[in-house]
Amino acid sequence: MELRRKLEILADAAKYDASCASSGSEKRDSREGGLGSTEGMGICHAYAPDGRCISLLKVLLTNACIYDCAYCINRATSNVPRARFTVRELVDLTLDFYRRNYIEGLFLSSGIIRSPDYTMERLVDVARILREEHGFRGYIHLKTIPDASPELLAEAGRHADRLSINIELPQEGALKALAPEKDLSEIRRAMGRMRLRIEEAKEARKTERRAPAPRFAPAGQSTQMIVGADASDDRAVLGTTANLYGSYGLKRVYFSAYSPIPDASRLLPPVAPPLVREHRLYQADWLLRFYGFTLEEIMAGGEGGMLDLGIDPKLAWALRHRGEFPVDVNRAPRDRLLRVPGLGAKTVDRLLTARRHRSIRSEDLARLRLPLAKLLPFLVTEDHRPRVTDQLDLRALVAPRTGFARAARPVQLALL
Amino acid sequence: MIGIALPGPADFEAWRAEARRLLAAEVPPERVAWHLRGESAGLFADEAAPAPSPRRDGITVPRAFPELAEVAIRHRDPERFALLYRILWRIAGGEAGLMQVAVDPDVLRAHAMAKAVRRDAHKMHAFVRFRELAGEDGPRFVAWFEPEHHILEAEAGFFIRRFAGMRWSILTPEASAHWDGEELRIGPGGRRTDAPAEDAKEDLWRAYFASIFNPARLKPAAMRAEMPVRYWRNLPEARDIPRLMAEAPRRVAEMVARGATPPAPRRQRVLAADVEAPMPADLFTQDPTAALAALRAEVLADRGPLAEHATQAVFGEGPIGAALLFVGEQPGDEEDIAGRPFVGPAGRMFNRALEEAGIPRAEAYVTNAVKHFKFKPTGRRRLHQSPDAGDIAHYRPFLRREIEIVGPRLVVSLGATALRALTGKPLAITKVRGEVVKSEDGLPVFPTVHPSYLLRLPDPESKAREYARFLGDLKSAWREVQ
Repeated sequence: MELRRKLEILADAAKYDASCASSGSEKRDSREGGLGSTEGMGICHAYAPDGRCISLLKVLLTNACIYDCAYCINRATSNVPRARFTVRELVDLTLDFYRRNYIEGLFLSSGIIRSPDYTMERLVDVARILREEHGFRGYIHLKTIPDASPELLAEAGRHADRLSINIELPQEGALKALAPEKDLSEIRRAMGRMRLRIEEAKEARKTERRAPAPRFAPAGQSTQMIVGADASDDRAVLGTTANLYGSYGLKRVYFSAYSPIPDASRLLPPVAPPLVREHRLYQADWLLRFYGFTLEEIMAGGEGGMLDLGIDPKLAWALRHRGEFPVDVNRAPRDRLLRVPGLGAKTVDRLLTARRHRSIRSEDLARLRLPLAKLLPFLVTEDHRPRVTDQLDLRALVAPRTGFARAARPVQLALL
Repeated sequence: MIGIALPGPADFEAWRAEARRLLAAEVPPERVAWHLRGESAGLFADEAAPAPSPRRDGITVPRAFPELAEVAIRHRDPERFALLYRILWRIAGGEAGLMQVAVDPDVLRAHAMAKAVRRDAHKMHAFVRFRELAGEDGPRFVAWFEPEHHILEAEAGFFIRRFAGMRWSILTPEASAHWDGEELRIGPGGRRTDAPAEDAKEDLWRAYFASIFNPARLKPAAMRAEMPVRYWRNLPEARDIPRLMAEAPRRVAEMVARGATPPAPRRQRVLAADVEAPMPADLFTQDPTAALAALRAEVLADRGPLAEHATQAVFGEGPIGAALLFVGEQPGDEEDIAGRPFVGPAGRMFNRALEEAGIPRAEAYVTNAVKHFKFKPTGRRRLHQSPDAGDIAHYRPFLRREIEIVGPRLVVSLGATALRALTGKPLAITKVRGEVVKSEDGLPVFPTVHPSYLLRLPDPESKAREYARFLGDLKSAWREVQ
């Protein structure tokens, strides 16, 4: 098969994985030899018309797979054409694209062929050849196969910046029904093993200066969860997400709205992807991790275990907790300001610094280009006090007008 | 007005030297007309530059100012020099905290300029596209790029660090940067046609761009926000965007109309059965090793209410026939990950105490009353939660059988949960500590505190006292079984 055709098949097969981050790794560059650099911040080299960043060459080694996961285009019983890169083809493609500044590096995944170890070995080969034979200093993200042997995992961690195992679905029952060969317990144990190794490598780097411990995935591990393929509600999705962050020290849990695939399984007929839901889940996840909200508080803004799709979860919470407002921008502590709809963490910090020098007025907020219509019903400034905090049409007043366009704009998923 | 000519559009050092001189001479910002060398200073620049006044030489400003100014000066706005001098003037004039007033119009504007410059730099790192040019002495990679601000020289370092081993040139309308593998040379500006018109790998890259796009998630506004249209003319992949967008609705409609497809007649090859199926556990075995292994398998397969959120069940460890069997509360964060009991902070303290009490490891079996970690996920950590009566009851049959198989002479309960699991009663440890009580099955139980209690004590004094007491308990228990 011609290389271009292979690339088309194996990129198409990889596009349902949302992750494309290239950030958070160690600093290194090519001034001492080799090719490439990573400087901490990820770079998005292009954007596709789906609004997603293209940072890494994201492909599968092969889309042949012995697993039969209903949501996956590459499942064993799918009719898609199959292809397989040779290790050499993948190495050359990565280097050719990198030299032209198309990409930050490689995100390599694969269907399971023959056995988990056999597949993992091929993935590790590509990473090893890039690193050892070509001195490649760019970013490498390897998808890890949960049942692969510990030795292969150690080698993968030595070459890769990031490793990931997909949790796939929010609940065990759904995984059993839709991905019969996958085992949630095994996935969790594998994430646990990765956490241990990542922590060990970090710890050893801190203490033993002379003989640095073997490198292990300095940019950590991440995972992806498909949203909308099973009946799990937002509460279940966010609960599982919080558990994953807390248990395995994940850098990111990616949500991926279940998207129609050209060759759908009878178990999961094609429907439009729930993009707004995906977006609201990301917002809620942010509030949980960086804004001090609890799951109960966030779910209180919605109904029946689902978030409000029409407005962001912070605003939804605020509208139901009018008693907490207004908050005084010149006096309130940080945690209260973080709860004001329209104020982000960065803005809050700037306001806290600025107010030490002088009182904040409404025009100051306008100069910072903050969304005043959304903010002012909840905020007291030097020259403004919201008059009616319980007016019934407040939602209509503060909800975004452009509807979906605004709601669907993806948050640029920076790593913290 | 005093006309000040600067040698380059982003020459921070030159601006700084001039600004220092003006400030020392106490020239207010409204009397300075900044311009680039070779450009006209304007009609009213009729005064000569001042001689430095000795009175105000050492001007100190917060570090935040030069850091901001060095970046903002690369902005294309012709007023940048004046704005920065005005901020400097105000800081020196008594507004020492000015840089922290993010809402001040001058500071805000300078920050906005710096932000625009940083964004432009970031986009340059992202959107430069090299084309390969074959040469006698090897390939050379050449790119044509049109930055919005005066950033080429400042950003050349990024490309040197990344492509140090390549020979490359980046051409812009204003200037060009050339790297020969050792040295950077800044040359004059160029034209689009000075760069190669194509590259052999571009077809592959465009094929990749088209294939990685998911037509079911069309969000062109998000794409344009991050990849503004003005960059498109120098991005080979952007040529395909209109076609991809136009085709998307039809592709999605087709997918939905097609619905589910029947499974492929020939399924992908199935995994060869090279894994032996685990032997079914023999529940009626007389061999204690086999019985313990069977019980362990049963515990690991438990899908009780706590199993849903935990990584795995954690079973006991130690020799069958151990004289002492220690029962803790439940696995913690580290035990849950490792799948082994007593490996976390409390476990480490327990092991130390065991050693100091002179109890050989081979004489001790350790396990927990509850086999899964019960916790509340909060942000980045898991918060331990005490098991309730229902949790204890769920795991009690496992615990009883575990103890029965190991057959210790004395069971030591660590903490309230273990004591409750063993006796079936919510007893207070303070009341029964140090005496031997009976378990529900009539086994002797020796209650003491859980080692995590010792970790939680705030002051070193009570910590030392309680640790000694715990050690005493362990020694007493050990004496009981001699």
